[in-house]
Amino acid sequence: MTGALSYRPSASPLHAARATVGACWALSLTIAVVVIDHPLVLVSIGVACLTASFAVGVGRQVARALRVALAIGVPLVIINVLVSREGLTVFARLGNLGPFGQGDLTVESLVYGLVIALKVSIVILVCALGSLAVDPDELLSACRRISFRSALTTSLTLRMVPLLAVDAQNLAQAQRTRPDAATMGSLRRRALLLAASVGGALDRALDVAATLELRGFATAGRVRRRRRPLSRHDLAFAGSAAGVLVLTLAVRLSRAAAFHAYPLLRVSTSTATLGFCVAIAAVALAPFLSRRGIEPR
Amino acid sequence: MSAAPILSFDEVSYRYPGAEEAALQRVCLEMQEGEVCLLAGLSGGGKSTLLRAACGLVPHFHGGTFAGRVTVCGRDTREHGPAQLGAHTAVLFQDPETQLVMSSVRAELALALESRGQSPDVVARGVEEVALAIGVDHLLHRRTAELSGGEKQRVALAAALAGRPRIVLLDEPTSQLDPVAGEELFGLLRRLNQEWETSILIAEHRLERCLHLADRVVAMANGCVAHDGAPVSFLSWAGEHAEHLQTPAARLLQLSGVDAPPPTGVRQARSSLRARGLLPEDGSLAAPGPASPKGRRALAGLATRRLQRGPEPALRMRGVWHELKDGPAILRGVDLTLAGGEVVALMGANGAGKSTLLRHAAGLLEPTRGKVGSAGRVALLLQNPGDYFLHERVELEASTAAIERAGLAAMTQRNPRDLSGGERQRLALAIVTDSQQPPAVLALDEPTRGMDRGAKAALAQDLRCRAHQGMAVIVATHDPEFAAACAQRAVLLAGGSVIADASCAELLSGGWYFATETARILGGHGGALLPQQGAQAIADLAGVRSAA
Repeated sequence: MTGALSYRPSASPLHAARATVGACWALSLTIAVVVIDHPLVLVSIGVACLTASFAVGVGRQVARALRVALAIGVPLVIINVLVSREGLTVFARLGNLGPFGQGDLTVESLVYGLVIALKVSIVILVCALGSLAVDPDELLSACRRISFRSALTTSLTLRMVPLLAVDAQNLAQAQRTRPDAATMGSLRRRALLLAASVGGALDRALDVAATLELRGFATAGRVRRRRRPLSRHDLAFAGSAAGVLVLTLAVRLSRAAAFHAYPLLRVSTSTATLGFCVAIAAVALAPFLSRRGIEPR
Repeated sequence: MSAAPILSFDEVSYRYPGAEEAALQRVCLEMQEGEVCLLAGLSGGGKSTLLRAACGLVPHFHGGTFAGRVTVCGRDTREHGPAQLGAHTAVLFQDPETQLVMSSVRAELALALESRGQSPDVVARGVEEVALAIGVDHLLHRRTAELSGGEKQRVALAAALAGRPRIVLLDEPTSQLDPVAGEELFGLLRRLNQEWETSILIAEHRLERCLHLADRVVAMANGCVAHDGAPVSFLSWAGEHAEHLQTPAARLLQLSGVDAPPPTGVRQARSSLRARGLLPEDGSLAAPGPASPKGRRALAGLATRRLQRGPEPALRMRGVWHELKDGPAILRGVDLTLAGGEVVALMGANGAGKSTLLRHAAGLLEPTRGKVGSAGRVALLLQNPGDYFLHERVELEASTAAIERAGLAAMTQRNPRDLSGGERQRLALAIVTDSQQPPAVLALDEPTRGMDRGAKAALAQDLRCRAHQGMAVIVATHDPEFAAACAQRAVLLAGGSVIADASCAELLSGGWYFATETARILGGHGGALLPQQGAQAIADLAGVRSAA
């Protein structure tokens, strides 16, 4: 059993790049989303992320993550509209709300709420793409050079969580086949099942600890770095990440893609803004054009 | 002067923390470089503890009271812990799931080398070398969670061997594998021993599968070495002192009164019988059933049709499909009918759909197409008996009558998780069958995993007894000897379909992998599956020939 957003090996340029570079690429997109407020630029990054997901072969899984984004985004919009006292264009008046003052809902707070929701949604998409396409073992292997035990513990967790989920599933199935399952109270059964699951997890943990001991965990020292030549995909994604960061800085510093929500909405829709939108999406997606040297999976 | 032993036990005694009895008692044992040594014995005899002592887990990991001296590759285990000894020893336990700690195969193979501070170049080379040597190079890019049981066990072995150890310790490594994967693993061990002179110490219940590999057999009983000698000497000893440790081939020749050294495999047994004119003339391996697909389908439907004409069946499956939402079909139109009082063995390779079929029978899964009906409750015993235990004491798990019937009346105050493998299985069986109205069907999924021959014989007897009382029993198993001992009928699954459905005598006497050792020796003659039946067939043959 694998989790919905756990790593899926595939023959794609992002999979072919080393994990640290893939993670940096995803991080550059996340930074762009956090720094930039202009909705059009954000939409272009979101579209680029979805396109990349389909290019990598995990489009459906990433699209499913949109449900989570929606579940988080909608409350964010509602809360911002209700809480924000800024903005001049009132579209509904809720009257006097006592200690909270006048309950005037503004178009500006609604739009800014939508922008926040859009940012959160795109970050979720980028994280989903990263976890599906960047090899966690390789990434943690790199982290082991910094802290061997912390990285190994994380690796173990990644391995054990699905395994314990399977154990819990088997346990639940076994309990369903007990003749006394129907007579036992639901709450009591759940409590007993939880205790049994924890007991099973401890048994597993002991066995895994024995294996780790035999693999030399107790004598583990610092892992040395292995020098590998940079592949074309490493270079392409590293270049793309750098390009995205440069463009992000440019968007932030220039007035071409200006966006102000309060007190009145001001959204730049100049040619330069559109140019930024196209450029940032193109730079983010450029590494996916080359499929040379990718091992079939 | 002989070279220093690679492994030596000198008067070793050991008691687990809180245990009343010692797990090892004054054990003395020596193993030379390149030797293959087989550990035999009933469950609880001390085999696993001996292996754990050899790799340093006893006493460093488990604690307890330890006396004597164990030396591995010249290192005293009292002074060197498992992590240090791990550079010289490879250990493989029963459950491959708990021996894989990383998410990808490549990372798994690299872990032991990285832990020992090897340079990246050495790690990279070590991973490639061991992957090629063990034949898992094609799995290097795979996720460990996606591997089959056999693949996981091979990867676990490769990970243990990555540091080029001089001795490999294996604790029932094939108990979770199907016969095909088990044979592959033994083939691999033979290569390791032949090509790299790796010493191998292996504990195994089904001796007939690996006796041919062994230079020596050490029999353990109650924590002591009961016998230590060559395979033939061990079989002679087992014939006199430990019937449950005898292989079917040795038992067959003993029961037949053949005056020859006990055979260590099928070839020797056939040769002994042939030399005495006791091998059936058509003793070549029989072809497995009708050759044509039409014939196979006819055979598959025969038993089902026979039952359909009779009284109301205990279990009826009609065109059952199980298709995963985003994946393949696990069951493909399975038709199966079970009558009350019948014991059916469900066989097939790992992934054939046996467990899924049993879950459908018990109503844990709903077919995506087709129907499942039963005459009453279907009790299901899943692979891990521990999954059924909810309480801290045995007496709370089932009624007193059920516990007494399981032979656990003396253990009511014990924690179910502290019972031995066979006792846990009996308690789980008592739990699932403990109701006012006895179940119409009892389904068991791989109940003999890790069981010794004695416990298997007791379980087979119990299942026959339940069937005699009118219960229909269906048992998924990889063990042809157990199937032959308890079932009248066998159903062979492959790729989610029933490919053969016939009497055990028919199905298990003519197969290649799905055949008992007796059937392979006698070439399926007279449908003899067990040593007793084989001895009878040989006696009949001898009678006919002497009369002629």
